[in-house]
Amino acid sequence: MKHGIGAVAGSALILGFVFIYAPIALLILFSFNDSRLVTVWGGFTTRWYAGLLENEALMGAAWNSLRVGVASATVATVMGTLIALALARFGRFRGRGLLAAMAFAPIVMPEVITALSLLLLFVAVDLDRGALTITLAHAAFTTGFAAAIIGARLAGFDRSLEEAAMDLGAPPLLAFAQVTLPLIAPAIAAAWALAFTLSLDDLVIASFTSGPGSTTLPMRIYSQMRLGVSPDINAVGTLIVLVVTAAVLAATVALKHGERAGAG
Amino acid sequence: MSRRDSYGRATRWAVLAPPVVFLVALFVIPFLLIARISLSHSVRAQPPYAPQYEGGGVAGAWRLIGELDLENYATILSDDLYLSAFLTSLRIAGIATLLLLLIGYPMAYGMARARASLRPILLALMIVPFWTSFLIRIYAWIGILKADGLINQALLALGLIGAPLEILNTEAAIFIGVVYAYLPFMVLPIYAVLAAQDRALLEAAADLGAPPWLSFWLVTVPLSFPGVAAGCLLVFIPCVGEFVIPDLLGGSETLMIGRQLWSEFFGNRDWPTASAIAVLMVIVLIIPFLLLRRLESRGEEALR
Repeated sequence: MKHGIGAVAGSALILGFVFIYAPIALLILFSFNDSRLVTVWGGFTTRWYAGLLENEALMGAAWNSLRVGVASATVATVMGTLIALALARFGRFRGRGLLAAMAFAPIVMPEVITALSLLLLFVAVDLDRGALTITLAHAAFTTGFAAAIIGARLAGFDRSLEEAAMDLGAPPLLAFAQVTLPLIAPAIAAAWALAFTLSLDDLVIASFTSGPGSTTLPMRIYSQMRLGVSPDINAVGTLIVLVVTAAVLAATVALKHGERAGAG
Repeated sequence: MSRRDSYGRATRWAVLAPPVVFLVALFVIPFLLIARISLSHSVRAQPPYAPQYEGGGVAGAWRLIGELDLENYATILSDDLYLSAFLTSLRIAGIATLLLLLIGYPMAYGMARARASLRPILLALMIVPFWTSFLIRIYAWIGILKADGLINQALLALGLIGAPLEILNTEAAIFIGVVYAYLPFMVLPIYAVLAAQDRALLEAAADLGAPPWLSFWLVTVPLSFPGVAAGCLLVFIPCVGEFVIPDLLGGSETLMIGRQLWSEFFGNRDWPTASAIAVLMVIVLIIPFLLLRRLESRGEEALR
């Protein structure tokens, strides 16, 4: 279709991608701008990046975010795998719909609600707010995403492989470890990566559930953003975009590779 | 061998117990707590709400329940500030959803009808930004939209405007931010439905003499409805409670309910009112949420 609807859709696609990528490109470009006035070009510099390394508050916040991200993504991936397995393999058990609703609701739930509810829990059980509470909160809100990714993979491959293993006498745990796990491993990796990036990026839930001394990177960036644009934020933003893009590309390649292996 | 029998009782329990305990502890109980604290009142103490459970078993619990009331709800529902924040949020989320559909549908259609070799690349291009920092992507728009930002610089340089346009800190900036941040959530479900559509139906329509626009309207669009509905709900629900976008792009005058909750909590330290706002938000969103669950479980059925 080179005319009519096809042409409209084609141009929409091109314009849409320009809309999606132009702001990111500009953010990166102006992180190398040697002028405090972020959007007025004043020559090329890398001094904002050098400045970041000396910014101890920012580095400390980045370290907090990294620790919380690794721990919460791990918990979310384990829980997400179990949920996906139950939903995909246990048929129509009682409470199946309820389990799915509990797991997937946080994906669409406005963050302020999730954040407030978790804070109230931590206060009620008298848990000191800090890295641990942020980790638990992040694990809770990213589990649904992990379950969705792994569930899609489980639905996509032939379960007769597992059943064959079990018919041949393998106990379920062995069939899972030998047959299922290798097939869904790429999805598990992707789920972990998504949970990690969501945790690394979250402002609202971390703000509610953190305590003194446990400021995360987005909280730090946000408090600077409220004062207006500044070249430091452009530099941090550029680094985050580059790291995450590299991770996503690696995960995509792994997933594609795994799919081919799984289909074979 | 029937599918149900493949897994023994013990296996099922071992798989189900950890996530059920986890979700009940970190999703169900926190929700009940929101409901309970929304019925309390705010005090200067730690934690800042009363009454508290002070032991005494069942009798103590009864006394506590006796002291709870609906005062926060009465205040919220009679205060124009909160009501207009709710209505503004619903209106902004509704208009943003419509804009997303108008922009997202043609993009999804373009992706679904692209050459098969091109599709994975387009899909990756759509997904990658969703993974990169939401906060940073919203921040990027401040530099573009502000008074001495890039759009105004460009328009002034071209002589199209005489004075800078005020875009940042208006509702227009919120719409730009929401469309920008939520686009993949609209495009991907529509794309999934369009890509799975049977092209033979279009050929049949063409054989029967329908011009392309007519078969698009009578075949493609109605069949893509589940994707459209899922996309709309996926963006509408979180958008109603959105905090970051109105806070960074909308300026101080746009009252959205998520921001109101935030300032009750952090500004006024009024946890009970913040909880009551959250409960009301859940009540408002419960119908769209149930619709989404129905669509999702139908999708799961289709995969079986």
